[in-house]
Amino acid sequence: MIAEAGHYALVLALGLALIQATVPILGAWLRDGALMNVARSTALAQLAFAAASFAALVWLHVSSDFSVVNVFENSHSMKPLLYKITGVWGNHEGSMLLWVSILALFGGLVAAFGNNLPLSLRAHVLAVQAWIASAFYLFILLTSNPFLRIADPPIEGRDLNPVLQDIGLAIHPPMLYLGYVGFSISFSFAVAALIEGRVDAAWARWVRPWTLMAWVFLTLGIAMGSYWAYYELGWGGWWFWDPVENASLMPWLAGTALLHSAVVMEKRNALKVWTILLSILTFSLSLLGTFLVRSGVLTSVHAFATDPTRGVFILLILCVFIGGSLTLFAWRASALKQGGLFAPISREGALVLNNLFLTTACATVFVGTLYPLALEVLTGDKISVGAPFFNLTFGPLFVPLLLAVPFGPLLAWKRGDLAGAAQRLIAAGVTALLAVAMVAAWTRGGAVLAPLAIGLAVFVIAGAVADLAERIGLFRNRFAVTLRRAFGLPRSTWGTMFAHAGVGVALIGIVCETTWNSEYIASMKEGDVARIAGYALKLEGATQRQGPNFREQIARFAVSRGGKALDPMTPSKRSFSTRGMSTTEAALQTHGVSQLYVSLGETAADGTIAVRIYHKPLVLLIWFGPLLMAFGGLLSLSDRRLRVGAPKPAKPSRAMQAAE
Amino acid sequence: MIGGAGVVLAIAAALVLSALRDSIVFFSTPQMVAEQHIAAGKRFRLGGVVEPGSLQRGADLAVAFKVSDGSNTLPVAYKGILPDLFREGQGVIAEGALDAAGVFKADTVLAKHDETYMPKDVADALKKQGHWKDDYDKKPGGQAASAQPAVAKQGLTQ
Repeated sequence: MIAEAGHYALVLALGLALIQATVPILGAWLRDGALMNVARSTALAQLAFAAASFAALVWLHVSSDFSVVNVFENSHSMKPLLYKITGVWGNHEGSMLLWVSILALFGGLVAAFGNNLPLSLRAHVLAVQAWIASAFYLFILLTSNPFLRIADPPIEGRDLNPVLQDIGLAIHPPMLYLGYVGFSISFSFAVAALIEGRVDAAWARWVRPWTLMAWVFLTLGIAMGSYWAYYELGWGGWWFWDPVENASLMPWLAGTALLHSAVVMEKRNALKVWTILLSILTFSLSLLGTFLVRSGVLTSVHAFATDPTRGVFILLILCVFIGGSLTLFAWRASALKQGGLFAPISREGALVLNNLFLTTACATVFVGTLYPLALEVLTGDKISVGAPFFNLTFGPLFVPLLLAVPFGPLLAWKRGDLAGAAQRLIAAGVTALLAVAMVAAWTRGGAVLAPLAIGLAVFVIAGAVADLAERIGLFRNRFAVTLRRAFGLPRSTWGTMFAHAGVGVALIGIVCETTWNSEYIASMKEGDVARIAGYALKLEGATQRQGPNFREQIARFAVSRGGKALDPMTPSKRSFSTRGMSTTEAALQTHGVSQLYVSLGETAADGTIAVRIYHKPLVLLIWFGPLLMAFGGLLSLSDRRLRVGAPKPAKPSRAMQAAE
Repeated sequence: MIGGAGVVLAIAAALVLSALRDSIVFFSTPQMVAEQHIAAGKRFRLGGVVEPGSLQRGADLAVAFKVSDGSNTLPVAYKGILPDLFREGQGVIAEGALDAAGVFKADTVLAKHDETYMPKDVADALKKQGHWKDDYDKKPGGQAASAQPAVAKQGLTQ
């Protein structure tokens, strides 16, 4: 009954989406306010039905109703409640339902909070949202129905893939989808602008908060996924340049570029056409990511789904939306009035540079990800493009970008003063050089590039702080004045500082982890001691334990450093009988922002255990960086000038900056 | 400004092309290795089925096994911990290079990630050679994990 209700709700949501996709457009064409307002109510109703459908699937999973195929294949009555819920999106059908539910959520938000939008713009935006939603409802109903019943219900389910039975599944996919799908809003705004043939600074002001919100979620989603892979897979890697990861990185890069170009458009009314194009590209890349993961075209070891009808259907969606929007762009872009010109050395110029490098970096990832697919289709040769390719292309493109990051915020709009900016960055530059010298001296004879990279990271962080210090007049004014100025600064300025510093923080973590990671791999007997990076780990023994739906073998290590005992570490290996699979549960111990990492291999007949131990210096910075970036994003989002639905900016920010 | 953009794009294109030349890795099966005479030291990915009964463990985590595609077999040597899902009689992909004696020295071993899944490359290669058995193909319906991280990459790199 619940399954049928969920299915029916989804059909109704499709019906509403079809109305929402057509009637408001007709209304805008006839200039009929009532028809245009249909968009608002249908978007809200559509959200209600999509949410009901999703809730139905959650209920089926929680109540372990194995008469539903989706529940049977991905759940087990003994599974802990949390994983019963997260298991809803730990499979193809459920994750697509989550995808459209989030799409409906964003549509509903625009409908609910978009009262200050011009009526026709809102009608168009919601109609475009509904086109996307209709396509995905159809996809689910025709090829991936999560509510299918089994005629002869089994009494027990086949359990969720054990690798996915982790808190990571609760956070990572929803975050990622909020990011992916969030970019549909800027896409819809872009298409609506093209349809209306009108775009102005106000348009950018409406689009920016949505883009920023999506970007924050995507940043957190990617970082969470990376940390999850790091601790769950048992070999300490945190980024593999796997196509599925690249699929999320590409929209992130394009979205970051969009975030910056939208600023130029809002403040200077320039880069209009480019911003529209970026909005389209960012969401297109999100769709491409969905296609790559969902269609199973990848040789990637983690695209499990292999059903050609689904692949072809998503490919069709991809072609219609990307092709359609780009055609519309080609046809209508010339109708948009070009904005003002500006000097190359200016805030706008710096942001253009940012866009140039980000989109180029995005393009190299695109080539590396799709080239093997194209080659296989064209010649039948199978190749893999791995980390070396991306390190050789992505790395060099990011160096000039990062060098330029501190300069951007210090340049004025319209016409900047490069020498002046450089002068204000002297302190940051000196700090960076000191960092290079210190690291090089400390690791003498070691890697050459690593100290330089750390210097670059320090420059980015110090540059962000220098920009802030400049604005609040640190050391130049009395403390009370400085403090008052610090509180008076727009939150988006603070946001910029945190986000830029976050990039530097992440870079330090990445460089340290990859350069000075130490590892110890051996088979150990009881009583053996492993020594790594000043720590001694003694294998004290192994025990067996029965979990709710698995058995696990736990090894106990006594850890000490310099003779001082630390907390013991207990890595384990779980075997899940339902699927005959085993997973490795690594043990992690945090010291400052560095980590000790122990994971187990197989146990030999004589009782020796294969063990992998890593010491990962400053590894946590890799994820603190993105957290800082997301925090910066949230701060900016809370800026009253940017608040979602803020009627009008209180004051143009140029005036505020000039007053300081 | 457009000139600057052109320069960046040109540099990027040059980087991509040179990286593509140096860092792509081809996929081969034992049959293809036998036919093509791949030079010792050239990196490639070897795919096939771990031949039942061929797995030998040496001292200090050294392992040796044979990879077969039905027509040919190739001995593989690896040192380290095998993935959780590595099993005899099932699909595997190893990355590394041949040594002078014709043994494939692997530095990375990737195994399939559930008991019925076969790496796509391996499945395609086996199908092409007519050694495909239908029971490899029993896909556990809709086990796709959503947008998870490299969850399935049960590999080890050293």
